[in-house]
Amino acid sequence: MVTYVARRLILLLPVLIGVSLVSFGLLQLVPGDPALILAGEEATEEVLTRIRHEYGLNQPLPVQFLAYLRHAVAGDLGISIQSRQPVATLLAQRFPFTLKLAFLAILVSAILGVIAGVVAATRRNSTLDLAALLGSLVGISLPIFWLGLLAILIFSVKLRWLPAGGTGTLAHLILPALVLGAASSAVIARTTRASMLEVLRQDYVRTARAKGVGERVVIYRHALKNAMIPILTVFGLEFGYNLGGAVLTETVFSLPGVGRLIVEGIFARDYPVVQGALLLVATTFVLVNLLTDVAYAFFDPRIRYD
Amino acid sequence: MAGGLIVTLFVAVALLAPILAPYEPLRGQLDQRLMPPSAGHWLGTDELGRDVLSRVLYGARISLEIQLGAVVLALAVGLALGLVAGYIGRWPDLLIMRVIDVMMAFPGIFLALAIIAALGTGLANVIIAGAISLVPQFARVVRGSILTLREKEFVEAARALGEGDVIIIVRYLLPNSLAPIIVQTSLRMATVLLTASGLSFLGLGVQPPSPEWGAMLSNARTYMITAPHVAAVPGLAIMLVVLGFNLLGDGLRDALDPRLRE
Repeated sequence: MVTYVARRLILLLPVLIGVSLVSFGLLQLVPGDPALILAGEEATEEVLTRIRHEYGLNQPLPVQFLAYLRHAVAGDLGISIQSRQPVATLLAQRFPFTLKLAFLAILVSAILGVIAGVVAATRRNSTLDLAALLGSLVGISLPIFWLGLLAILIFSVKLRWLPAGGTGTLAHLILPALVLGAASSAVIARTTRASMLEVLRQDYVRTARAKGVGERVVIYRHALKNAMIPILTVFGLEFGYNLGGAVLTETVFSLPGVGRLIVEGIFARDYPVVQGALLLVATTFVLVNLLTDVAYAFFDPRIRYD
Repeated sequence: MAGGLIVTLFVAVALLAPILAPYEPLRGQLDQRLMPPSAGHWLGTDELGRDVLSRVLYGARISLEIQLGAVVLALAVGLALGLVAGYIGRWPDLLIMRVIDVMMAFPGIFLALAIIAALGTGLANVIIAGAISLVPQFARVVRGSILTLREKEFVEAARALGEGDVIIIVRYLLPNSLAPIIVQTSLRMATVLLTASGLSFLGLGVQPPSPEWGAMLSNARTYMITAPHVAAVPGLAIMLVVLGFNLLGDGLRDALDPRLRE
């Protein structure tokens, strides 16, 4: 187990370096002189020289990249062009919110998805199964931003049950989490159903039934426990996708997360912010996937990684 | 086959939009702003008095253009990468797979956002951003398929007969990988529409006054309370088309690969 984790951590390195290369390369891909982009159109030659020196822009690209990496590892992601604040500070302000939102969304979708999946699998080919199947298809086909607008229209404007945006209380997060989690619920429901159907076919389930164990215990204690392993992997992946979906959800509900930050950054051509946000989100996603895989190995003793 | 029906209908609408649309998609009547659905405007009008139905119909054209452009581009690149990785193996495989890993490290819309940040907004860049974010999926499917096929007896037999690599790839490997590639193509037509319309909704994709569905929704947001129909229609269109391609993909998977059928 320890060797497995160690090996996965080592394999992570090239991916993280690649991710930093993409984030670093972004500024090089933008047409125009990076110094001019960083300093703004009306910068004097004097300022440009200073910026070039400060950011090491007169150095060869590989040297620049190494410096970028060194700074990033030390938590220095540069200064926002727009707000003149360190990018790391901005991210530290905004990222916890996005994490909280993505976490709530995965929590909601885990509960909804697993219940729907179990119900569908245990009542195979019933109307309920069909409804769950259809519901999950619609769930993955819904544009999240549209679902958000509809939710605001119905639950905030018409029914006045929940706030339409902003932050403060947990109530502010209910609609965004539900909307963001809709697609994940669908994916989790589908996975749970397939995994349960697979497990319910197994001999140990038949044995449990044959020795007279109640159906409820068979399903929840014997079947679901074993069916959870593939579902667990989906949790990790979906958590990552929720980080992506948060960009749209935060825009619809006007929430101060990192998704909103990156969109504002793109509009304002605030490249250090965009680069930093990309780096942070990708690193988080990669780490979450690693954690999921490790959990997978931990929960399934049948799997041996060496 | 509901999926096939929706997709056929969508393509027909996209092609026939100029004939089907009762009004010009960009020209509004300012005395007819934000009108609810009526006999004159079946789906009402938007904030500039433009006919919502006509705009949604023309929007289908833009959607199809983006989807086809992005998927064809991604398929070409993904096919090449997957073939090289799966067939040659060794260091090209290692290199390509690491690049794919890096691309997949950006969850959801983030890879597309990164590309838009570098290239700027607009239709062409949305297609490029959509294509790049689809490349990993295609490359992985092709590679996986080639890896399994490479070891099959009929490929070994072909090699024993002295067939060259090109013949083996074109005659034996590709035709047998078609099923998963076709399924992926349909499913990715769905994904890329969500990504592209998402970009436009954020204001980072196709720009107004284009009747692109995401851009329409973004505009309609402001008038959502007084004229909810303006926002409802393009969203419904996106959902239906995405649902259609998802259903078609699932159906094709069942039809083309009986082993996967439950």
